Amino acid sequence: MEDLVLNPQDYKIINRHILQYQSMPGALLPLLHAIQDDLGFVPEIAYPLISSALSLSVAEVHGVVTFYHHFRSHKPGRHILQVCRAESCQAMGSEMLELHIKEHLNIDFHETTSDGAITLEPIYCLGNCACSPAVMIDEEVYGRVDNKKIDQLISDLKRAS
Amino acid sequence: MSIKIFVSKDSTALSLGADQVAEVIAKEAQARKLDIQIVRNSSRGLFWLETLVEVETVRGRIGFGPINPNDVNSLFDADFIKGGKHPLALGLVSEIDWLKKQERLTFARMGITEPTSIDQYIEHDGFQGLKNALNLNPQAIVQTVTDSGLRGRGGAAFPTGIKWKTVLDTKATQKYIVCNADEGDSGTYSDRMIMEGDPFVLIEGMIIAGLAVGASQGYIYLRSEYPHALKTLNEAIEKAKSAGYLGDDILKSGHAFHLEVRRAAGAYICGEETSLLESLEGKRGLVRFKPPLPAIEGLFGKPTAVNNVISLATIPIILAKGAKYYQDFGMGRSRGTLPIQLAGNLKRTGLVEKAFGVTLRELLYDFGGGSLSGKPIKAVQVGGPLGAYLPESQFDTPLDYEKFSEIWAILGHGGIVAFDETVNMAKMARYAFDFCAIESCGKCTPCRVGSTRGVEVMDHIIAGKDVEKHATLIRDLSDTMFNGSLCALGGMTPYPVLSALNHFPKDFGVDVKETKA
Repeated sequence: MEDLVLNPQDYKIINRHILQYQSMPGALLPLLHAIQDDLGFVPEIAYPLISSALSLSVAEVHGVVTFYHHFRSHKPGRHILQVCRAESCQAMGSEMLELHIKEHLNIDFHETTSDGAITLEPIYCLGNCACSPAVMIDEEVYGRVDNKKIDQLISDLKRAS
Repeated sequence: MSIKIFVSKDSTALSLGADQVAEVIAKEAQARKLDIQIVRNSSRGLFWLETLVEVETVRGRIGFGPINPNDVNSLFDADFIKGGKHPLALGLVSEIDWLKKQERLTFARMGITEPTSIDQYIEHDGFQGLKNALNLNPQAIVQTVTDSGLRGRGGAAFPTGIKWKTVLDTKATQKYIVCNADEGDSGTYSDRMIMEGDPFVLIEGMIIAGLAVGASQGYIYLRSEYPHALKTLNEAIEKAKSAGYLGDDILKSGHAFHLEVRRAAGAYICGEETSLLESLEGKRGLVRFKPPLPAIEGLFGKPTAVNNVISLATIPIILAKGAKYYQDFGMGRSRGTLPIQLAGNLKRTGLVEKAFGVTLRELLYDFGGGSLSGKPIKAVQVGGPLGAYLPESQFDTPLDYEKFSEIWAILGHGGIVAFDETVNMAKMARYAFDFCAIESCGKCTPCRVGSTRGVEVMDHIIAGKDVEKHATLIRDLSDTMFNGSLCALGGMTPYPVLSALNHFPKDFGVDVKETKA
């Protein structure tokens, strides 16, 4: 179940970022990034805090968080695995890779493995098109990924967490 | 003196294990008590040879590649640091045909310098354009850019000088330079390479843009998928500040220019300039109606020059060598060079900077070496997800904005994605609608609703249900999206869809004559 109130630590982090960003022109995206960088997501219960600091409505904050694919309003797994679905990767067999990963992890896109280790997300181009197919794991890109390579990467992740 | 060994830190090189290669080389050299220095430089863009290891010799840099961490031992056994024989030896890197046949203007320093070394940047002709620009008045800078024939490299190909003139001629107390670094097109990575590999050239281009239009603040709107570029840009900006190139009084000229990187958040639509501006203002990336043009009412309602990374990164060489130098490259009304990105199913992928006029066939076969799978190339998509699919019969088309428009295709940002014969073009058409549905900002109906209806109709076609009827429906829908959408996302989704249908009707199960939206 989602928390109903922010825990004191998260509250402190969010407030610190608000103080840093609130006077910046166009502050909302930089602020949301800072929060998500630290917490892994932007908790919905923080929207009122953010909106009053930036003189926005809660609906506006909700609108922005949900408009952008990058932002999450729910806590993800310990690692984020993003699989590129764009054309260059498709030309190199990413569709089969995608199926393999979903089967291997037994989850669909936007879901987290039952052990909380990995959240699977689609992504549309990582700029690694010279070495397709590509995936990104916690901000590191991997190129020319095949089933064997992804299995290795996944087992490394599970071992790490 | 220690021997210099170069290993790139470009993220594509990293994606193939460049860090591990560098690490193993360092360890092995230590074990063998060899005096070496590992330099992490930018990438030449010879991605088919990454991880490329280069060694400095009196003759120049010699290369070895592609190197896996497991190959390193054998490199040392072959005494590679003294140019020893090895199966993966490539000889002088600058003499590799693939590289030698290019015309590298914007990418001149790529693979040679360390990305965040301002000294190396200056040593390799950096800031020459800025020095010249500081001796010109704004009108003269804009005129030079206009005369060079540079057109927006983001994809729209609008003349950069004319855009700048509009900003210059609009009176305001505050103006902005916005760099569109939301490189979302599949098959493209030239912006990323510049930002990771030669960030000062972009910074220099933006400072010159500021001088030209009278803007004292710049923003780089960088896609969130590029964490390495973010780090490199921020480091380079700090160094440029300390060295006096950014700030209240750049190079004691009395001109101010401040620069900041802002992270995007994974919305393809924010590569559209008005949506980008909304996003920079902290809002949802909804496309704005035009007019007013951003050049007149842009960021925070002020005159704003929005330019792509490559456009801005090309400004320094134009100001350094003059409009004519740049203008002398190219064909027709497409002047200068285009950094072309070879992607998808090709043997030799990477960055090819060539003057306009090179044909698709030369790029796919002479540079690309044909498909990696060895099967015939069936289709190529040029210009990202909104670009047309071209069949083999159109491979002799020269890269030129007008020639491409004659065959109802676009050059876009110069990305070329090759598919072999296993591709099903009906599925690619479905994907084009699907992508549009996922990325639509939702403001206009043709794009928001049309894309989803398109997916549904394509599903019927793929299932073989009333194919002729549904193909007609696809044409009708494409016509509505083409003519009725507010921006290029909905407006250009018909390019991949109809080109797939027109050139590969068999994949749709229909027999149709070629028509356009």
